[in-house]
Amino acid sequence: MVRDITIGQYYPAKSVVHRLDPRVKLVSTLLYLISLFLFRSISGYLVATVFLVTVIRISRVPFSFIVRGLKPVVLLLMITVLFNLFLTRSGDVLFHAWIITITEGGLVTAVYMAVRLIYLIIGSSLMTFTTTPNELTDGIEALLHPLNKIRVPVHEVAMMMSIALRFIPILLEETDKIMKAQIARGADFESGNIIQRAKSMIPILVPLFVSAFRRANDLAMAMEARCYRGGEGRTKMKPLHYKHRDYTAYAIVIIYVIAVFAIGRYLPLHIWIF
Amino acid sequence: MSIKLEHLNYVYSQGTAYEKKALNDICIEIPHGEFVGIIGHTGSGKSTLIQHLNGLIRATSGELYYNGENIYREGYPMRGLRNEVGLVFQYPEHQLFEIDVMTDVCFGPKNQGLSADQCKERALEALRLVGLKEKYYNVSPFELSGGQKRRVAIAGVLAMQPKVLVLDEPTAGLDPKGRDDILDQIAYLHRESDITVILVSHSMEDVAKYADRLIVMNRGAVMYNDEPKRVFEHYQELEKVGLAAPQVTYIMHDLAGRGIPVRTDVTTVAEAADEILRAVE
Repeated sequence: MVRDITIGQYYPAKSVVHRLDPRVKLVSTLLYLISLFLFRSISGYLVATVFLVTVIRISRVPFSFIVRGLKPVVLLLMITVLFNLFLTRSGDVLFHAWIITITEGGLVTAVYMAVRLIYLIIGSSLMTFTTTPNELTDGIEALLHPLNKIRVPVHEVAMMMSIALRFIPILLEETDKIMKAQIARGADFESGNIIQRAKSMIPILVPLFVSAFRRANDLAMAMEARCYRGGEGRTKMKPLHYKHRDYTAYAIVIIYVIAVFAIGRYLPLHIWIF
Repeated sequence: MSIKLEHLNYVYSQGTAYEKKALNDICIEIPHGEFVGIIGHTGSGKSTLIQHLNGLIRATSGELYYNGENIYREGYPMRGLRNEVGLVFQYPEHQLFEIDVMTDVCFGPKNQGLSADQCKERALEALRLVGLKEKYYNVSPFELSGGQKRRVAIAGVLAMQPKVLVLDEPTAGLDPKGRDDILDQIAYLHRESDITVILVSHSMEDVAKYADRLIVMNRGAVMYNDEPKRVFEHYQELEKVGLAAPQVTYIMHDLAGRGIPVRTDVTTVAEAADEILRAVE
């Protein structure tokens, strides 16, 4: 049951995108997300689509896998589309029956917003599909390094993130074990009103917290026993170094952003009302 | 209160990339009142198997009959099953959570719907059985030592007065005296009350000493299902699957190999002592 929860799923494959420095992927994803808001014309969307599809193909992550990541958002998507479709009043009326009015502006806005949402999700998912959680924390730590100058504890935050990620599966398993042990003693987590159900969580939460603190204590002692003293003077086993392909990737992304802006704003292309 | 497993199969994460067949065509019958030992290498399916016995895990296919009734039939009262089949997990002290020992041990009976007085009565009985001194009854369980916590956890299951007691490596992590204490107490319970005991263990000596019957699991299937003496005759096959016979059995085989006329189907130290004395007289 608890095995089905995967946070920021990583899809292992051998592709150029997987091999890119995590910093490139973090920055590029951010730039891509911003780029989606730089235009409002079909030509812009075409450029964005071409870019996205190309990256998906190169990453060798199966399309079906990516689509699965959209499942949780389907509801939100539908609400967005329907609201915009029926409530936006601008432009010519396309369809009118009873109390339902669909205007040109409504249809355009609905479709654009839906596409934007989908691309947003696919774009950020691609980053987590092609980057392991530890690579991500290394990348974030490296990018935020300059903040050290204003006394932000970047290393400590990154260390906390990696440890938290590392312990998610461990604590999930522990929760499963504790739940089973209490069910074997007749505990019931399903029936009763909301107050009873909240109370029934105590036999799980107390042992879980005790276990988590015990592990944290043991881990801290183990780290200290191996001379861990925080980030000062600490070197990395796998430091991040930019390679050729990373510079190329940066260049491609910057060209894309400029292209999508220019083409989206200045290239006239009209299909029906779009 | 017999238990019968017929062609039981269990597959983990069916349909995903992590699919794994944990139990393969298990057919076992455990009549009431037996003391059964289950041994097997790590990952052989022992823990998965015992979690089927009280309905925590539902088999992918196959039937499980408790007292003649198929527990997978529509409307079978699983909660009732858990009142009768008590399961003590490995490192059971991790399940303790209440503010004091007495309240924690009462958790089980309370879930069974007993009155506060009945709960207290059951709890006192159970704590006496596991040999915990009365001065600890109102102390927080987190202030006890490891061995004491374990006794409290086991008492928590005993207080439900199950007819079948299943224990998953109850002696894991205990010192020799602790191990002997717990096992002696379980054996005492088995003799005095009319319960079935199922003990999962990694210690050949423990199961040889207490079990009427031994089930050997190997890679999700039953390899042997017989009296301990019979099972340990196959000590070479057992070694191939990562197990062994009791140390004493090896000694007897060695002695016999050197010409001393001793029986080799000895599985406990006491038996060995008697047998050696008999042979040299």
